Amino acid sequence: MRALRWLYLSIFALYLIGPIMVIAAVSLNEKRFMAFPPRGVSLRWYSEIFVASDWFAALTNSLLIALCSATLAVAIALPIAYGAWRHGLRYAKALLAMGVAPFILPPVIMALAFLILFTSMGNLYGNLITVIIAHAIFLLALPLVTISLGLESIDRALIEASQTMGADERTVFRTVILPIAAPFAFAGFAFCFVLSLNEYIIALMTVGATVETLPIKIFNALRYGYTPVIASIAVLFVTVNIVIFALIARFSNLRRILGAME
Amino acid sequence: MGGLARYLTLVPSSVMIGAFFAVPFALILLTSVSTPDDAQDYIYAFDLQHFERFATWFYIERALFSAGLCALIAVLSLLIAFPFTYMLTGFGPRAQNTWLIYILAQLSLSEVLIAFSWQILLSRTAGLANILVWFGLAEKSFSMAPSAGAVLAALVYLAVPFSVLLLFPALSRLDKSLIEAARTLGGSPLRTFFTVVIPVTRPAIISSGVTIFVLTLGAIIVPQVLGRPQHWTLSVLITDQAIFNFNMPFASALAVVLLVLSASVIFAVTKLTGGNKS
Repeated sequence: MRALRWLYLSIFALYLIGPIMVIAAVSLNEKRFMAFPPRGVSLRWYSEIFVASDWFAALTNSLLIALCSATLAVAIALPIAYGAWRHGLRYAKALLAMGVAPFILPPVIMALAFLILFTSMGNLYGNLITVIIAHAIFLLALPLVTISLGLESIDRALIEASQTMGADERTVFRTVILPIAAPFAFAGFAFCFVLSLNEYIIALMTVGATVETLPIKIFNALRYGYTPVIASIAVLFVTVNIVIFALIARFSNLRRILGAME
Repeated sequence: MGGLARYLTLVPSSVMIGAFFAVPFALILLTSVSTPDDAQDYIYAFDLQHFERFATWFYIERALFSAGLCALIAVLSLLIAFPFTYMLTGFGPRAQNTWLIYILAQLSLSEVLIAFSWQILLSRTAGLANILVWFGLAEKSFSMAPSAGAVLAALVYLAVPFSVLLLFPALSRLDKSLIEAARTLGGSPLRTFFTVVIPVTRPAIISSGVTIFVLTLGAIIVPQVLGRPQHWTLSVLITDQAIFNFNMPFASALAVVLLVLSASVIFAVTKLTGGNKS
């Protein structure tokens, strides 16, 4: 039974990690063609990301969009989650439900909705700000959920105690609520950042004609044939994703966010 | 802080959600029933011609194909993910975190990169076919994509990390004393798994399946990169209409169909299972 368990776990791990390992191996190829196992080992396709100006531009575009949209999403989510939790406002709860909806719909529906909206707004179409707003709205569910979870983990007796001692609303927020909720807000920010970085269809339908993000550039490159830079970028992305989620696990409660505890 | 001030802090968020979710969403509905116009492409009206165009065998077949493919993927990915998630919840917190970090990292990986990795895995020069040659099961290497099997394999791979995370809450909150009781009464681990764990977590299994179904309905790149046009799903057709044909009204009509399809599956399944979502 024990052996069977190990066998199953190893097969599962191989299934998950194997394809990523193959890309990692392919990315080390010395020559331009795709080969596994790699022929000759070199890191030139990694330096290519930063040296080739078009790949580097796509990388900076993606980072800028991810950073801005994650910040915007947290800024929109914070007052809603706070109002729903602290004051039990019915209106805030309705906003919360509405804010989660874009993430549940198939992404192509929101992408098309943004395309129709922004093309009808004339000058704005193709502007970087459109994809930032679009990603913030699409990913709003993540900070909404993580911040609400963080707030719910606060013991209300703590707040009452500080109020009895004479703390006003602002002081309670700053000294009691913020320190407990901040790691969860950070988790929401990080989730948004990662998913925005990897998002394709909404970026394509908002700024696809004027700005190239990394996923858009990769897809275009795929259609015109193989280039080993894609493999090195894939490895870079997996690494970035792992680092960010490790940070969430370190500074926030990953298992709680993923629903392991009530 | 007074009652009014509480609402004032919600104004910016309300404006953003209203202007960039409610309005564009309404625009899709309006555009799907718009009518062609010479001067400005289309004007808002109540014209069902785009839905009539959908109601031909070509598009209905595409919708049925999408639904069938995604249902199959939901079942396969749950079968692969369930035993693993069950074992995962038995690990220590450190091991759990490590696994969860990796699974989240893979889950967030762009669909473009998943499609790319499977393109390599199924290729002639660097793919799995070479392993078959190695074992003498094939004479020389061959390309396994584009094909329906390639689309299926890559989408299942895409869905497995989601399945793990969807099943994780229910399985980690599972009352472990139930399992202990079954074991004390002489049930083997496998028997306990099938007669206790699966029945108890049934609502979670069903709601996860529905979520995976809706999620894979949204896949856009894998069917294009690893499939032939006859393997394209509704989402790909919507993109194709919007980006390459600039036909917003028809793209919107297809989006409404996709919306109705996902919503009705969610509704039907939650109704059938008594609505106890967990």
